Amino acid sequence: MNVTPLTAWIEGIGFLAPGLPDWPTARAVLRGEQPYTAALSVLPVPAILPPAERRRASRVIKLTLAIGFEAAANAGADVSTLATVFTASGADGHNCHALCEQLASDDRQISPTRFHNSVHNAAAGYWGIATKAMAPCQVICAFDASFGAGLLDALGQVVVDGQPTLLIAYDSEYPEPLHSQRETPDCGGVALLLTPERTARSQAQITLSPTTAAADKLLDRDLEALRTSIPALRSLPLLSRLARGEAGAVCLDYLTPMQLRIELQPC
Amino acid sequence: MSPLLLSAYTATTCLGHGLDATLVGLREGRSGLTPCTFESVELATWIGEVAAVDEQELPAALAEYDCRNNRLVQLGLEADGFAERVRAAIARYGKSRVGIFLGTSTAGILQTELAYRRRDPLSGALPADFNYRTTHNSFSLAAFARAYFGLEGPAMAISTACSSSAKVFAAAARQLACGSIDAALVGGADSLCLTTLYGFASLQLTSTRPCRPYDAARDGISVGEAAAFALLERAPASPATGSVLLLGAGESSDAYHMSSPHPEGLGAKMAMQAALRSAGLQPDDIDYLNLHGTATPANDAAEGKAVAALFGDRVPCSSTKGATGHTLGAAGAVEAVICALALTDNLLPGSPHSENIDPSIPVRYLLKAQPGKPRRALSNSFGFGGSNCSLVLGVAE
Repeated sequence: MNVTPLTAWIEGIGFLAPGLPDWPTARAVLRGEQPYTAALSVLPVPAILPPAERRRASRVIKLTLAIGFEAAANAGADVSTLATVFTASGADGHNCHALCEQLASDDRQISPTRFHNSVHNAAAGYWGIATKAMAPCQVICAFDASFGAGLLDALGQVVVDGQPTLLIAYDSEYPEPLHSQRETPDCGGVALLLTPERTARSQAQITLSPTTAAADKLLDRDLEALRTSIPALRSLPLLSRLARGEAGAVCLDYLTPMQLRIELQPC
Repeated sequence: MSPLLLSAYTATTCLGHGLDATLVGLREGRSGLTPCTFESVELATWIGEVAAVDEQELPAALAEYDCRNNRLVQLGLEADGFAERVRAAIARYGKSRVGIFLGTSTAGILQTELAYRRRDPLSGALPADFNYRTTHNSFSLAAFARAYFGLEGPAMAISTACSSSAKVFAAAARQLACGSIDAALVGGADSLCLTTLYGFASLQLTSTRPCRPYDAARDGISVGEAAAFALLERAPASPATGSVLLLGAGESSDAYHMSSPHPEGLGAKMAMQAALRSAGLQPDDIDYLNLHGTATPANDAAEGKAVAALFGDRVPCSSTKGATGHTLGAAGAVEAVICALALTDNLLPGSPHSENIDPSIPVRYLLKAQPGKPRRALSNSFGFGGSNCSLVLGVAE
């Protein structure tokens, strides 16, 4: 069996995390050009959604629209044509809490909106409504390994199907009492537009291979805390190298004992 | 895509545990649906409950995964000697070369629903025995299966509502094509819970009777539960006669509405076309269609339009949800296995409970099971949020 390298070019990047409202800010912090300042995540209002959907848009929907659109704009890509891979360690925690609370009460007549927002692919569904993209849309969960699982599938689509694919990895917090079991502190995510061929807009080439080495950590204590507490930000060592424009390999957390080694070559 | 071999497969639904029970049920046109008496649910609806789920005991070392959904996973894995076939593949290829791709919509959320009834009255805390990661989280069934087989390779759960366990075939096919793995455990499991029963009722999508797909008087779904799995490997150049092959997979998005399909079935049509293209086949090459056929007025009308536009009224088709209920995230895998049975056992499944075919849907819908000799079957799975997937399966001559 010939192994086809899982390789792609990164053409666009979107980012949002506590204290890091977009990719330019994150890039400057990761390059050491400005200090990290802790703050709550700021989620833009999704003006793209029709008013009815906008009113119902949860935090994960605002988050995914923000980072997905940032990555597409960064690449000058038309969102309506892109295949997507959504990956998250959980769904909309606030909605889930409200549902479980009501189902434990005497009145189990839950709202239809709450129910359809409870599916793991709710953010992906709203993305489709907002962008009119009819291309394939994959929605993955691998708990703490969700970024790695999403990256594997997105690279599979790029390599096998030869299509540009927008990877949107994101997480949000659960309120109490679930928060005690799942201490994700806030919203955070990264979007990468991956393409099968190098173009004038390509920022770097990445090639993924399995390893059992330990994941790279970040030297900055606050950034390292983000990496370990928000599963989508297990991607930070890769983004850090991307921000600095350095060739070389990084190792990201996936599923013990399998880890992901990513060779990066800036364009 | 290059054809993939389903070197083993199994399904456990309300029709019974494993392939024999499923096949007999389909042949006899039996339905496993019963009036809903699940847990403390008070809804006038019918369900497809799998027998003996709660009697399953997980291995002591995996006790943290214990919940109804993972019990159902184990019950399903142990049917038809499927787990042994997985272990043989692991022995052949190595534990880092067998990937896990499992679909689900709600995983073990029932465990959380029950835990919320036992919250500390003062602090509001959940009981100490509750474990979100290993039961409720959408990945819990894949993590459980990975631990069950001691695997060390890639794993993921796919959760796109009712297309989940069809899309796992596409995801696994990509990794097999790249050579990142040599075999894939694919499939899915979804178990009964309050969220889906009350949720579909809130959308007025549940029927007070057993569901009647494609019937003129259809009025909603019957929620079911199931676990169905397949072992996928790259097919040899000349597969043995009678082997079942995955020939193609097609995915699309409706980009229309969270809980209603595109009224013209545009996304459905795109998924079927993509599956045919992936298999290198034309509509005329398909001998049986297992429809998504949920029995809601809007879903069947939209799917029917797409099928009629692509296949006319030539291809025999049916929805088997009157037999199994709508098993949500497990439906794609259940119906892929039903297609495999149709291909190997010369069967065109019917549609128990459906009586009068909707005359406004011009497709060749089968009410009763009949003998046939389908060589290639297409299975449709369409989910909330407009997530569509079609699979093409074939049998080696």
